[in-house]
Amino acid sequence: MIRRAFLGLAATTVLALGLSGPAAAQDSYIVVQSTTSTQNSGLFDHILPMFRDETGIEVRVVAVGTGQAIKNAANGDGDVLFVHAKPAEEKFVAEGHGVSRADVMYNDFVIVGPPADPAGVAGMSDVVASLTKIAEAEAPFASRGDDSGTNKAELRLWKEAGIDAAASSGSWYRETGSGMGATLNAGTAMGAYIMTDRATWIAFGNKGEYEIAVEGDPKMFNQYGIILVNPEKHPNVKADLGQQFIDWVLSDAGQAAIAGYEVDGQQLFFPNAGE
Amino acid sequence: MDGFGAILADAIGLILSGDPDLAEIIGLSLRVTLSAVALACAIGLPLGAVVGAFRFPGRTVLTVVLNALMGLPPVVVGLMVYLMLSASGPLGVLGLLYTPTAMIIAQTILVTPIVAALTKQVVEDMHAEYAEQFVSLGVGPAGRVMALLWDARYSLLTVALAGFGRAVAEVGAVIIVGGNINHVTRVMTTTIALETSKGNLQLALALGVVLLSIALTVNAAVMALRASAVRAAYA
Repeated sequence: MIRRAFLGLAATTVLALGLSGPAAAQDSYIVVQSTTSTQNSGLFDHILPMFRDETGIEVRVVAVGTGQAIKNAANGDGDVLFVHAKPAEEKFVAEGHGVSRADVMYNDFVIVGPPADPAGVAGMSDVVASLTKIAEAEAPFASRGDDSGTNKAELRLWKEAGIDAAASSGSWYRETGSGMGATLNAGTAMGAYIMTDRATWIAFGNKGEYEIAVEGDPKMFNQYGIILVNPEKHPNVKADLGQQFIDWVLSDAGQAAIAGYEVDGQQLFFPNAGE
Repeated sequence: MDGFGAILADAIGLILSGDPDLAEIIGLSLRVTLSAVALACAIGLPLGAVVGAFRFPGRTVLTVVLNALMGLPPVVVGLMVYLMLSASGPLGVLGLLYTPTAMIIAQTILVTPIVAALTKQVVEDMHAEYAEQFVSLGVGPAGRVMALLWDARYSLLTVALAGFGRAVAEVGAVIIVGGNINHVTRVMTTTIALETSKGNLQLALALGVVLLSIALTVNAAVMALRASAVRAAYA
């Protein structure tokens, strides 16, 4: 009886092991290294089924910060890179990791803030002036601090404002070192201003009393690009399937799919391939 | 944000809904974690028994190392396995990154030291009682390990459960080597992390309650098995 019980346990575990082979024998999938904003906003859940229906190709998305996505792709761990940090993307191609880069779509960054608005920036559209006011008021500002596309854009704007925010790190300038969602969760809880892409903000479920304080500055333009990882550098890259995905995203069908994605009646991404 | 009662209701609703996506995620969680615990036991039980039952040079150092490795941070294990399995890494040709197999490897590394270190302690205590008998009966080394493991089997079930608890709850390692890919490598903990980052805190907490109830079920099943085995043994 005892032995039988233990044999049963052993059999169960062996069964579990047996089931743990490769998930799918079919090879018709690609891995896309992308960013949290495209995943958390629900864009991929909207467009990827359309692509699969048309081509039969499954797209597996690894959603991390742009910095990490670029590093993963540079290691050859992915077939396509789909992120939002143009200078870093161009460097990626120049270093030979990517074949070429194409614009896909854009949206914009916004600064969200608490209803009390301690720095008095609500309603402003000049982002550099509003950052200056936040720094002068020493109002809490939560930064990603994770080398993501949003973080890079934010640091560019601080630089333009001539403010060394990092010097105040730990006092009013708070680097969470985490993703957009985690930073929004932390920032709203501590009453801080936060710069986020508009798509993540609209789809975010824990806004509390927060509202958009600063928006509409052309400097907050947020461009997304797509790159095929270089198969000459990384022979494991599925260049054919990856190129099919890129061609579809840049095609009229793909661009229409992106434009058609709405949350609460608001369009989150604006296609601009080939413009 | 509603109270805990609402979250509990959500969790029960999630379980009762029979949502195929959730079932898939729970199934993968169990598959990955049970496989990792089985592998960790296959390595850790004999290893722990040998360290517990025999004196040999370097035994103290090995014990200290095993005990220290119980505190391995999952993120560090995830990064190590990522670097090994990356297309640019030494095992990149296997193409295992972003698969359930990669997640099993990472969790096995995480759990094996726990199983080995706890087994060592259990076996060492038991060996103190058995040593004289082994000598008088002339039992060889392999026989000793087998006898000790068999007689300690009930305590070792708890050891395996400790390993299961560690593996089923960790997110740091599996999110790096698995990539949290929908329908491929998404498990309970990475789903909770994802929903948290979407700001869906109530759903994330409800999923946490579901995960907790899975852990409770597994523990209860193992304990029931143990109890019926004990009853049968002394009946």
